[in-house]
Amino acid sequence: MARWPHLSCTAFPSIDLATCCLLMTDPQPRIERADTPDGPSAALLGRWGAAELGTRSQWLALSRQLADQPSGPGLGWDLRDIAWLDHVGAQLLWNHWGRAWPARLQLHDAQRDMLERVAQFSTEEPPRDTWTLSQQVDRLGVLVLHALDHGRQMTEMLGQLVLDIGRLLRNPRRGPWRDVSGHLYRMGATALPITALVGFLIGVVLAYLMSLQLRQFGAETFIVNILGISLVRELGPMLGAILVAGRSGSAITAQIGVMRVTEELDAMRVLGIPHGFRLVMPRVLALAIAMPLIALWTTLAALGGGMLAADIAMGISPAYFVQALPAAVSPSNLWMAMLKSVVFGAGIALIGCHWGLRVKPNTQSLGEGTTASVVTAITMVIVVDALFAIGFKNMGIR
Amino acid sequence: MTAVATGHPAPLHPAIPSEPAAPAVVEISGLSTVFGKGDQAFTVHQNLDLTVRRGEILSLVGGSGTGKTVLLRHILGLTQPTAGSVTVLGEPAARLTGKGAASRVGMLFQQGALFSAFNVLDNIAFALREQGTLPSRVVCDAAMVKLQMVGLKPEHASRMPADLSGGMVKRVALARALVMDPPLLLLDEPTAGLDPNSSDDFCDLLRELHASLGLTVVMVTHDLDTIFALSTRVAVLAERRVIVSGTPQEVVRFDHPFIQHFFLGERGQRAMAPVPADASGDKDR
Repeated sequence: MARWPHLSCTAFPSIDLATCCLLMTDPQPRIERADTPDGPSAALLGRWGAAELGTRSQWLALSRQLADQPSGPGLGWDLRDIAWLDHVGAQLLWNHWGRAWPARLQLHDAQRDMLERVAQFSTEEPPRDTWTLSQQVDRLGVLVLHALDHGRQMTEMLGQLVLDIGRLLRNPRRGPWRDVSGHLYRMGATALPITALVGFLIGVVLAYLMSLQLRQFGAETFIVNILGISLVRELGPMLGAILVAGRSGSAITAQIGVMRVTEELDAMRVLGIPHGFRLVMPRVLALAIAMPLIALWTTLAALGGGMLAADIAMGISPAYFVQALPAAVSPSNLWMAMLKSVVFGAGIALIGCHWGLRVKPNTQSLGEGTTASVVTAITMVIVVDALFAIGFKNMGIR
Repeated sequence: MTAVATGHPAPLHPAIPSEPAAPAVVEISGLSTVFGKGDQAFTVHQNLDLTVRRGEILSLVGGSGTGKTVLLRHILGLTQPTAGSVTVLGEPAARLTGKGAASRVGMLFQQGALFSAFNVLDNIAFALREQGTLPSRVVCDAAMVKLQMVGLKPEHASRMPADLSGGMVKRVALARALVMDPPLLLLDEPTAGLDPNSSDDFCDLLRELHASLGLTVVMVTHDLDTIFALSTRVAVLAERRVIVSGTPQEVVRFDHPFIQHFFLGERGQRAMAPVPADASGDKDR
């Protein structure tokens, strides 16, 4: 510790117990101006502690008083009657004094120890980063490299997945089937209620909106064609995939991300258990299996909703609806929807795993990873859907 | 507390721990803790009494699963005991976690529990900054002072918790616990996971801070070296209660299988060897 600077420190009278108790019940930190033979002096009273300084009313009163006592050579400071001084209070004083010892200062040894510690450890503010063009260019470069890194990692993961599936096919008995079945239940079965509800409501909304338009042309019966094609081919799989991307994509990222935070991922590697085979592949398989089923289920719920609304709004009976549907929608639409859903499912799981494995061991990164995972997954669903729509434009629509 | 009381021309082991005059900082009476329900229920504490007086460094010692950390959490008001009362600084512990808690009690969690999204300085300054009154310069400076008081360097201020070593995490966590100079400091395994050197440094640091800030410290530890180096009093938890509390020397003489095993095993002998018989207690009881 640095040696004490030379100070005029007078001996202080001992404070008896009664004064102690009096001072303890005197929380408001304040300054009283007094005139001493040496000149004006500011006497500090009350509790100068973090809690008191953190109370807004006390702080406002005190900061006004402090402003009235500018630090200068003419003013002495007397800390001897202060009821309590902690490091925060000492820091406040030290900064108020302009980080220098005042010319006249009266205080106890303990207070001086504290102020010395504050003086010794008060450092100049580290310089802030300034904006320079080269830094911005650097940043752009880092972004580009980052994007390339993502691409590389995704490709690696896809390749690893193919290898892992090959390994599974060679020796199916030793596959992580328990994991797959667990994920099937969690990502598939438990998603059924919410997808049914959303699908049903969308079906109702669509049917009502269409009925208004179709009635103008007297083409009510075409509701079956419109609902059939749009729901089976597009909306059912899309709705299901978007819901699952929000539900399970985020869950996958959070799960794997927390495993990173708690070093479980490292533990797996040390035990010789590959991430790809035990973490990525089961999730991808489970979602690739569950997603078409969820899409089918959502489509059925939406058709149910549409059927109900068509009956109520236009008097088209469910019997007619069911009878007309096969003629309106060729089976190839369904097959295309199923194929699309498999791609959606595998993609959502892969993206979830990708972001999960990239999480760094802190909460911020976990949050960012989960957000990015959901956003990427939903974007992927829409992009893939568009690709399918273009690629199969001649299929199933007469 | 007066300036004289904050002041601390204190010796390394300041207040005589069992002196009846020192006011109680923590008072636990008739405490019972039961986990689980029905057939699964198991009792961790039963009718446990413990008093911690001002200026003490109390070590809580006990085998695994004797509820040492649970007791700390009761003192902090994070959990409620099934029965009994916990009074901290004259108030029920349950009220402790409200506004201004950081100025009443500091806690060093076993894993540090640093906010991983903040850098070191923001971690330390968090409680102070949250009050929203002090100018940010003062807050920053106060945090910097605490940072250096626990033996870190100013250049560590901008590091993220994930980039710190185990010893540094503990130091930052200690600085965060101390930022508002709370009178009571709780430590959960402060030296666990540190190498012997860092562990010794940490003990020295705690001793210095205890002397200079006039802290009351309650710590849970298995580390015999820490117990003998630091504590003015040891409380042993076994059979769901505090079976004995006193200076390390007194506790060692108590006849109980756990104590025999814990203190008088080979490791215990080694840890006690450098401690003169009257190092941590000089009053007859």
